[in-house]
This record gives sequence, structure tokens and C-alpha cells, in this order.
Amino acid sequence: MIEPLVHAQSLVKRFGDFTAVDDVDFEVAPGEVFGFLGPNGAGKSSTMRMIGAVSPVTEGTLRVFGLDPKDHGAEIRGLIGVVPQENLLDMELTVSENLLIYGRYFDIPRATIRERMVELIEFAQLGEKVDAKVEDISGGMQRRLTIARSLINEPRLVLLDEPTTGLDPQARHVLWDRLYRLKQQGVTLILTTHYMDEAEQLCDRLVVMDHGKIVAEGSPRGLIRDYATRDVVELRFPVGVQETIVGTLEPLADRVEILPDRVLLYTTDGDATMRAVNAAGLDPETVVERRSTLEDVFLRLTGRSLID
Amino acid sequence: MATPGALRVLEHNIISYKRVWKGTVFSSFVNPVLFLAAMGLGLGTLVDAGGRAAALGTTSYLAFLAPGLMVATAMQMASFESAFPVMAGMKWRKTYHAALSTPLRSADLVAGHLVFVAFRLVMMAVVFAIVITAFGAVEFNRALLAILPAVLTGLAFAAPIAAFAGSLESDYGLSSMFRFVIVPMFLFSGTFFPIDQIPGWLQPLVYVVPLWHGVELTRSAALGTATALNPLIHIGVLVAVLVIGFVAAIRAFEKRLIK
Repeated sequence: MIEPLVHAQSLVKRFGDFTAVDDVDFEVAPGEVFGFLGPNGAGKSSTMRMIGAVSPVTEGTLRVFGLDPKDHGAEIRGLIGVVPQENLLDMELTVSENLLIYGRYFDIPRATIRERMVELIEFAQLGEKVDAKVEDISGGMQRRLTIARSLINEPRLVLLDEPTTGLDPQARHVLWDRLYRLKQQGVTLILTTHYMDEAEQLCDRLVVMDHGKIVAEGSPRGLIRDYATRDVVELRFPVGVQETIVGTLEPLADRVEILPDRVLLYTTDGDATMRAVNAAGLDPETVVERRSTLEDVFLRLTGRSLID
Repeated sequence: MATPGALRVLEHNIISYKRVWKGTVFSSFVNPVLFLAAMGLGLGTLVDAGGRAAALGTTSYLAFLAPGLMVATAMQMASFESAFPVMAGMKWRKTYHAALSTPLRSADLVAGHLVFVAFRLVMMAVVFAIVITAFGAVEFNRALLAILPAVLTGLAFAAPIAAFAGSLESDYGLSSMFRFVIVPMFLFSGTFFPIDQIPGWLQPLVYVVPLWHGVELTRSAALGTATALNPLIHIGVLVAVLVIGFVAAIRAFEKRLIK
């Protein structure tokens, strides 16, 4: 068996009385893209900070590259790359100065940093902005610079906390492309996200977290298969009508989920269910038929949406 | 061989400082020129001509003032450089948070910060020494000798203030500190007048003020009035404050940054 890069057993993180991470187990294999999916406050970032050897483990076992962060914090931090939720760039310095000072934090010789910088600037598509102040470049560029910065020590493992939160759709796609390239180069990625599309796009395997606990684990497809049906029919009714027809809807699908603004019918055959809705004489304002996503998995597992 | 963490942090500070260094050198030149012209020459003429000269012995007011002003300026600059940049690293720019996801530790951040403040103090004090020599206040070799105690005094402020700034949630505490601690020290620690002008019952209070030790030490170096024992006591007090402040700052940084 291949030695896992990260191994966590009965991992707990407490802040005073509050338990942020509550007895979780997981392993991340080399070359994998591993995701923590969950809403804000699920314990994803706390878990990441423990893996990154920044936040001390309260209880349980954690090994990163086989090392205990408690005794080998600096060593672990030297081996990994970190993309924090906030970029934490020095806004008053230029793009290249940010890479230089960060590289020096790792005690990488200046000449080596300059060599790597050429590659990283290209990777981050920041060629024209090398000498621009960070405060003057766009949010998407700052995010790509943060990713480039995390690669300055040529890590085999990169931790990405909410890599695309706050970016516009185009910037997100550019970023996903960059992360996919990293994966192809054999870099192991661990990321947190509350976007199901991001998890589906990037992750080989993920765990769903809620209230500090892992509630499910698997590949995106496997989770959808295990916790949702193939198709979903979304119906919207005029205000007040929804409540009166629940009884009529129940027999039409494998499972019915009532949300404040719409009804979800989980079914193996979306078309047949749509016909059944019509045949029952129901007249929804809008009808959307779609494939199940991780959002549905999350809804099933926790009874709540990912993004409130 | 690995570069010590403190020096890696220092490199960051130097790169940031490159953008503003000319302005800071200029103000460290203008500041003493204005003060020495107004108070040393202007006010000093009155002091030397009046009956008060006795309290200063044979020293001119300008010569009395120059080293005191040098060390008080060191205190002011070190306090400022410790207060706001530390606040920025913790809260505004959060550069400390980024640094701690690399092999660096809190102690490296604190030490690197203090080395940078020391560097700034030396630059300021060298300019100051040149200015007070040009004013004829002190001989140049004596002025140079005053640099070390002035830098030491500055650091004795920088370290505890780094601890204080590192533990604050907002900068309100910093403005209070300047208003109620730094400015009174600046005025009443023997910088502008000998402390025997202060009522006798208040004088013991001055002995516990670090700036007073710095002023005495720097002045005795600049004017050549040191006795055998006194400098050691002053140095001891300043080093103690520096060491305690350094340890407290590391604690404060760890408490704030490692959660």
C-alpha cells in the first residue's frame, strides 16, 4: 500500500468550549485531489490549519508526510504549499517582490527564486504584471499570485482553503484550469469548498463535513449515486400552493424534498416524473429537470443547503 | 548554512523600506535641525544667560539638550516603528499570518522586527550625530559614542511595545499609549531639563522610567561625564526591559497567531 501523505485519526480541534472539528478520520494519498465540502463553520478551515502545522491539534493523531505537526511543524511547513482563504499578500509590494520575500521565508537562495519566478509568473498568467503593485491587480490575479506563491518551495502537497470564493465565473474557470495542471504534474491537492461544482470539477475524492463531523466520504459520482437519484425535477408553485399539494407529489418520486421556494422530486427517470406531474393535473409555474449534484447529496445528508 | 529566520523576516522589511527610505532619512535630518535651532540655540541662549546655568554646571544648554534629544527621538521612532507595523502585520496587512505558514516561527517574526528597528535606529542616530556635531553641541567622536546607548534605549521601547501592539484588537490603545506614556516620558525624563528641577518627591518616579536611564547613559557618553558605576546600572535596566519585552512579544505573537 502507498504511504498516505496525510493521515488523521480521531482528530479533534476545540476553541474553548466550542468543538470545531469533532473526531474525524481521513487519509489523503499521493497524487490525489482531496476535498472538504461543507457550509461555512463546518470545520473545514480548522482541519486545514491543523494539516498545515499552523494550528495545534487538540486531540487525536495527525501525520503529514509521516511527521507529527507537534514536533515537526517547521519541517512540514517547509514541504507544503498553502493558499489561505484570505490571500495574505503584501499589497504594498509588487508581484515579483511578493514571490521573492515568500521564497526567502523558506530560505531559498535568491537566484533559485528568480529562476522559479519565471515559471510561476507564466503559470499564474501574470506576465505583464510582474512589477505591478499587488493592490493594483484584480482579485482573480491576486488569487493566482497566491497560488504561484504557494508553489515557490516546489511542494508535493498544496492546501487550498476556498480557492475560488469571491471570484467571478470566468476567473474561477481559469483557476480550475491551473489547479488541474498542478494535479497533472503529480502535485497532491487538498482543498476546501462550499461550491459543489468546484468539488465535482476538481476532486477525485471528498468528504462532506457538517458541524465538525464527516458525514459522508467518496468520489463525487459515488456520493451522488449513494445519496441521490440520477435525476431531479424542480418545481415552483405560486405562494401558498406548495403546502397543499405535498400529498399529491409524494407518490410521484422516490423522494420529495420541500424547500422554502421550491419542491425537489428525486427520481431515476426525470421525463417520466414530469409526465406524471402533468397527469396529476398539477400546474407549476416553472419546471426544471436536471441531473443530481453534490448539492443534493448535501441536502440529503444534512437537510440543509450548502449556501444559505 | 541556513539563514536565521530573523534575517529572512528582515529582508521583507528592507524590501518594503526601500520604497520610503529617502523620506525617512530626510526627516531624521530635519527633525534635529529644527529642535536644536529652536530650543538649543533659541531657548538655550536665554538659559545660558540666565541664572539657571548653575544647574547645568559648565555645560551649555545646547550640549545638554543634544544627546537627550537624540535618545528621546530614538524612543519616539522605535515606539512608532513597533506600534503600527506590528498592528499591520497582525491585523491590517496580516503579513505575519502568511509568514507563519512557512517554516518561520513567532520568535523569528519578533526578532526580525527588532533587528529592523535597530537598523532604523542606527541610521537615524548616525544622521543625528552628524547634525549635533555640525551645531557644535558635541565633538564628533563623542556623538558617535552616543549612538549605541541611543539604539539600546530605542530597542528597550520597541520590544515591550511590540508585545503590547501584538496583543491589541484595535489601534485605540496605541494612540492612548503615545498620549499618556510616550509624550510624558519625552518631556519629563531629563531630556529638556535636569530632573533635579522636578519636585523631590516626584523624582523617584523618574528613576523607574526607562527613558531617563537612556538619557543619562547617552548624555554621559556624549559629554564624557560617565562615572564607573552609573552606566552599568543604566545598561542593566535597559537590557532587562529589552529582554522582558522580547519574551513578552513572542508570547503575545504566539497567542494571537497560533490558534
